[in-house]
Amino acid sequence: MIRALAWVLRRDLLLAFRRRGDVVNALVFFVIVVSLFPLGVGPEASQLRNMAPGVLWVAALLACMLSLARLFAPDHQDGTLEQMLLAGEPLVILVAGKVISHWLMSGLPLVLMAPLLGLQFDLPGDALAVLCVSLLIGTPVLSLIGAVGAALTLGVRGSGVLVALLVLPLYVPVLIFGAGAVGATAAGTGAEAHLLLLGGFLALSVVLAPWACAAALRIAME
Amino acid sequence: MLEARQLECTRGERRLFSKLSFRIGSGQLLRVVGANGSGKTSLLRIMCGLVAPSAGELRWRGRSIRAEREEYSRNLVFIGHLNALKDDLTALENLQVAAALAGMSAEPASVMAGLARFGVAHCAELPAKVLSQGQRRRVALSRLALSPAVPLWILDEPFSALDVGAVIELERLLAAHLVSGGMVVLTTHQEVQVVAHAVLRVDLDAHTAALLAA
Repeated sequence: MIRALAWVLRRDLLLAFRRRGDVVNALVFFVIVVSLFPLGVGPEASQLRNMAPGVLWVAALLACMLSLARLFAPDHQDGTLEQMLLAGEPLVILVAGKVISHWLMSGLPLVLMAPLLGLQFDLPGDALAVLCVSLLIGTPVLSLIGAVGAALTLGVRGSGVLVALLVLPLYVPVLIFGAGAVGATAAGTGAEAHLLLLGGFLALSVVLAPWACAAALRIAME
Repeated sequence: MLEARQLECTRGERRLFSKLSFRIGSGQLLRVVGANGSGKTSLLRIMCGLVAPSAGELRWRGRSIRAEREEYSRNLVFIGHLNALKDDLTALENLQVAAALAGMSAEPASVMAGLARFGVAHCAELPAKVLSQGQRRRVALSRLALSPAVPLWILDEPFSALDVGAVIELERLLAAHLVSGGMVVLTTHQEVQVVAHAVLRVDLDAHTAALLAA
């Protein structure tokens, strides 16, 4: 089982490496959106500090959603998804491999980039650290929930809008507590409660999302 | 070994076939024939377990295939009309992933032997997107050469896009598989020259006509 997961991971990372443009796209989107806000709002430091957590988190969330369309659709088109369903390994394991590679390609770059962008908003050091931690816990949740949405809308016309409608309501709690953690640090109340709740979301989605995703893929292939 | 009982398939409003029963045993080849749109591919997808029949069931060694999905999947190779190759991976990488997911050795040497069997070893390092249609089909079919021990082969139009040499090679491979006790299910519009103890036929057109007459 671990071997199958490793092969799926290796395959998807190799494909992402061969199509670097797709990975860079989401990252560039994140950087541009976040960088436009200070330019549009003006140089008032206290105002920027207040809006920084929300802006960074919303941009990360949208960047993550941008790449969901590529999670299963290309595999569906060329028939490799069909073969995964017939692989003789539990589909949950293969789905987990795909979600992990999606996070490595779309979530992790955002986590690494965020502190640099946070500087534009005059965020203090401790808030930058909490921003990183909150994204580190929160973006895997985005990938896991997004994968379920992508699987449910597989093969449906106009699936991009549909994914957004399905997935955004589920993203809202992650957004609230992710941005809240950074805001709470800046306000001096401590971010533990927010981060623990985010951790709870992560635990819940790790347990439930791969199964939901596998079931949705089976339905989509019928 | 594989037994179909009273299968029925509906696509949207249309009923493609119903009350379809057959049985395939060791060393037998089942050829599914029928006009375009008669449900050949749907039947094959039902036999793989990708699609549930709207009625009836399939039993593999006496047990329903949907009850033990992974166990059944390990006993079959399915090659659909899509070649299941990633454009950005090389032929070798594509086949390695397929072998690994099927639980077989993904060693480059054994995978290369499969490619060589279908005369595409020289394409091993090329990305699949630069291969011709026939070469892509050959790479996809190389999976069969890696899976002699997998008993059930389900092939959707395996001869399409192949040249004469590859057709002969595939017929040889199918014959060897049947002789060693395997089972083959295929759809094709060409006459196959496969020597087998028993060639079974499911004619979906005749089946539908008989049902209508009854």
